[in-house]
Amino acid sequence: MLPDDAAAAVPRAASTSFADYLGAHHPGMLPSNRTLGPVTATSDASHLAPHATTIVSLTFPGGVLMAGDRRATMGNVIASRHIEKVFPADHSSVLGIAGSAGIGVDLARLFQVELEHYEKIEATMMSLDGKANRLAAMVRQNLPMAMQGLAVVPLFAGFDTDRHLGRLFSFDVTGGRYEEHEHHSVGSGSVFARGALKKLWNPRLDEASAVRVAVEALYDAADDDSATGGPDTVRGLWPVVYVVDAAGTRRVPERDLEAVAHTIIDARSSAGREA
Amino acid sequence: MTQQFYVSPEQLMKDRADFARKGISRGRSVVVISCRDGIALVAQNPSPSLHKLGEIYDRIAFAAVGKYNEFESLRQAGVRYADVRGYSYAREDVTARGLASVYAQSLGAVFTAESKPFEVELVVAEVGRSQDTDHLYRLTFDGSIADEAGFVVMGGAADAVVGALRGTWSADVGLTDGVRAAARALASAAPPAADGDRPGAPALDPSVLEVAFLERDPDTLRGSHRAFRRIGGPELETMLQGGQDS
Repeated sequence: MLPDDAAAAVPRAASTSFADYLGAHHPGMLPSNRTLGPVTATSDASHLAPHATTIVSLTFPGGVLMAGDRRATMGNVIASRHIEKVFPADHSSVLGIAGSAGIGVDLARLFQVELEHYEKIEATMMSLDGKANRLAAMVRQNLPMAMQGLAVVPLFAGFDTDRHLGRLFSFDVTGGRYEEHEHHSVGSGSVFARGALKKLWNPRLDEASAVRVAVEALYDAADDDSATGGPDTVRGLWPVVYVVDAAGTRRVPERDLEAVAHTIIDARSSAGREA
Repeated sequence: MTQQFYVSPEQLMKDRADFARKGISRGRSVVVISCRDGIALVAQNPSPSLHKLGEIYDRIAFAAVGKYNEFESLRQAGVRYADVRGYSYAREDVTARGLASVYAQSLGAVFTAESKPFEVELVVAEVGRSQDTDHLYRLTFDGSIADEAGFVVMGGAADAVVGALRGTWSADVGLTDGVRAAARALASAAPPAADGDRPGAPALDPSVLEVAFLERDPDTLRGSHRAFRRIGGPELETMLQGGQDS
């Protein structure tokens, strides 16, 4: 029989989570441990920090893609026109963040290290469901801050190497994890983006047309939601788009997005319609 | 009460060092070799899953000989150290020098204070943007640390492997040639087979080799900041076969 302390050492050693390790040894470094004081009915910190808005994601045969606009807002002011809200999580998954921008970016960074850490310790990749569950746990830890107006809602997409298809997951602030089918969108412009996705998405999209559908959905979101930025032809800023397929995660080059954005703008200008 | 025998500190340290050295010399050897386009790590290791070579961080790798459970715990601690440091500062603030000195401190503390020293020898390798900025830190069981140039050999038949490798290594050797040279040196230094006959030119058997690279420019080669890559299966076979033809 194993001695007591040896038996206890096994579960201790079994934790391969970077976030758990930080929580035990450097708790102050976890994004969720920045407390804002007690929660009261009047404590709302949402006006203190920039917010990131619309993220869209859709599947296509052989993969999945995610796109985000470039605007962050603070109240009625545009805080940033350059923000990136979609991040490669690892070789075969991406995540986008909507909500409180600073916390979202930190969450994405922690999640990236979490996946790489697991891969190095275990010498194997985490399953896609495992990744989605880890992300859900991180969102749940942020709940106290979400109650004070600093909520982050990620969207997670990846390529499932066992089933050989792209899958996507949405989350709520309590850490609820929901697998979405075909397409999904989060953020303040998501209602408009989702309407566009419903009409434009079809199961036979190829990668190039999927990119176009995503940019078009973001365009519709920017058209009606003041917190979502459209393609910025003056500054040459286009949405951030990542594609994940069997070959891995890659960012769609700027020049492709510029061409897609110009096609959409031209089509809409020549249509000359109001709504 | 039983009388404690007096043992001089010199004798105590010598006994511990002999004990650790004996443990290490039982293991098979590992070669870490700095090449033109990166650092090649080559180990004699028949197990495909119990690794002697591992990734620590973007440009840093780990190679070890000795007791598996001991160096594996050191490897995991190194990954934790590097990930915490990279997360709290920035990715470029994680250096092999920092990691090597942390390892040196832990190994030294275990050697003097614990009842048994670690029976391990480690290399912390960091690939630079140019070959002069490559770092190979070699750490021994007592916490001593050495900054090596060119290549490092650890393990059982280290002296014989060094002898075999010294003639073939030069600064401008490529990764593939580096792996072949290391594999050949390891094979030539291995004890003869049980039936006694020893082939003149040792065959390079990919099934008993564990090979990994730290590539010098992973961003341009693979679009990743992670330089570590394992080489195995058919890729390793072709790499070794090419060497035998020439």
